[in-house]
Amino acid sequence: MRRRTVATVVLALSVSLAASGLGCRPAPEDASAPSGPGQGRPIRLATTTSTDNTGLLDRLLPPFERWWGAPVHVVAVGTGRALQLGRNGDADVLLVHAPEAEEAFMAEGAGVNRRSVMFNDFLFVGPKEDPAGVAGAGSPADVLARIARAQAPFVSRGDDSGTHKMELSLWKKANIAPAGSWYLEAGQGMGATLLVAEEKRAYGLTDRATFLAMRDRLALAPLYENPEALANLYSIIAVNPAVHPGANYLGAMALAAWVTSPAGQRIIADFRIGGETLFRPLAVPPAETAGARTPEAAP
Amino acid sequence: MRWTLEQLVEALRLLGSLDRQVIGALGLSLGLATLSTALATAAGVPTGIALGLGRFRGKRLLTTVLHALLALPTVLIGLVLYTALSSRGLLGPWRLLYSPTAIVLGQFILALPLVTALALAAAEGVDPRVRLTALTLGAGRWRVARTVLAEGRGAFLAAVVAGFGRVFGEVGISMMLGGNIRGYTRTVTTAVALETAKGHVPLGIALGLVLMAVALGVNLLFLHLRRRTDP
Repeated sequence: MRRRTVATVVLALSVSLAASGLGCRPAPEDASAPSGPGQGRPIRLATTTSTDNTGLLDRLLPPFERWWGAPVHVVAVGTGRALQLGRNGDADVLLVHAPEAEEAFMAEGAGVNRRSVMFNDFLFVGPKEDPAGVAGAGSPADVLARIARAQAPFVSRGDDSGTHKMELSLWKKANIAPAGSWYLEAGQGMGATLLVAEEKRAYGLTDRATFLAMRDRLALAPLYENPEALANLYSIIAVNPAVHPGANYLGAMALAAWVTSPAGQRIIADFRIGGETLFRPLAVPPAETAGARTPEAAP
Repeated sequence: MRWTLEQLVEALRLLGSLDRQVIGALGLSLGLATLSTALATAAGVPTGIALGLGRFRGKRLLTTVLHALLALPTVLIGLVLYTALSSRGLLGPWRLLYSPTAIVLGQFILALPLVTALALAAAEGVDPRVRLTALTLGAGRWRVARTVLAEGRGAFLAAVVAGFGRVFGEVGISMMLGGNIRGYTRTVTTAVALETAKGHVPLGIALGLVLMAVALGVNLLFLHLRRRTDP
């Protein structure tokens, strides 16, 4: 009797295990043997929530994965975390947006072959009534000064992400140390932070892509835009294989080549939500502006 | 009120259109929870029986520590394993971080104290006369343990079910050690967290309902097993 119990439990466990497909290697596209140059070795991409939550990567990665013959494992975290994963060798390649932090990352030798990929901009959003009168501000620093003066609720990412770093640099420019019950640190991704701002009827700084992707679920209004002062630049960086010999360096460079190639850049340019472009490609500029916009084209 | 209802209705509507990715996440959740529960059972039930039947110095202290471990927070397990599994960490060369194996490891540690503590209680709950009778009949230590296991099988099964429930609905470990990688380490619970972060509340609820339904199914299966095995 007891033996039968054990047998049944074992059977039940193995059936559910088999059903889960746990035993086999991950094969997102098809189960056949990988035949691409990647030879089945996955690439670990650490990136920001803005590229993943918007759905851009769902469009950009599958054609690459089919050619490469191995999956790209996307870990979507804030830029600060992503850079840390790169430093620790827990990622092969990074797609991030915090130029100053990236430069520090490169300077300490943690990354190689940094390339600009695309850009958009940050914008200030908030309740439609705009109690702090942000819409009439003259500069990003002025926006923050008005919010601080009115003690209007402001939700910060508070997670060391690219957006958070941008926000902190703007407070610095405005010469204000944000503190008080009106300044809330969400400590979450962009989407979650916008949801908090909505609930608290608060202001916030967001990247355009996430805001557009969530716009139909939000009552927040775009209140202050300034594409030049609030530019948001995304770069791809391979983890330095000299520091982390185990990193999939060839995979990292192949992925960097794909997202900066004309074909990859076209996918980025064509990616729209509700008719609006989320990211503008930057790696392959039109011939007449070459050198004007891409830092790596400069002598 | 109306908004809440709308979200629920939308969630129910979405249940009908759940796609392959959700099925995949569900299969992964089930598989990982099953594997980690099986491992925790293999380690925890014998330990529990030994603690329950054994007479040795420090038994009370060990039992107290075991019960304290029941409060082990998932983020702490996640964090400690994270530092161990990161490629800079102790077990770095195995490259386990952000893999299903890492999740199983974390869930195993999460379930082990619970399964052990409940197995201990189950062993102590078996009528002492059973043990004495077995001993009088000349049974060895192993034979006694097996007799106790057979006699208290309902309670031992409950320990396994509790362990499964603890890991199946867990999100902290899966998120920190699995990384929520689509098609690889995205479980139902991390998918719920992600959809909520994206503002897709109804989809999050729908996934939660699926998780509950499967948990119910698993418990019914165990209940059925328990009935069948009762003499």
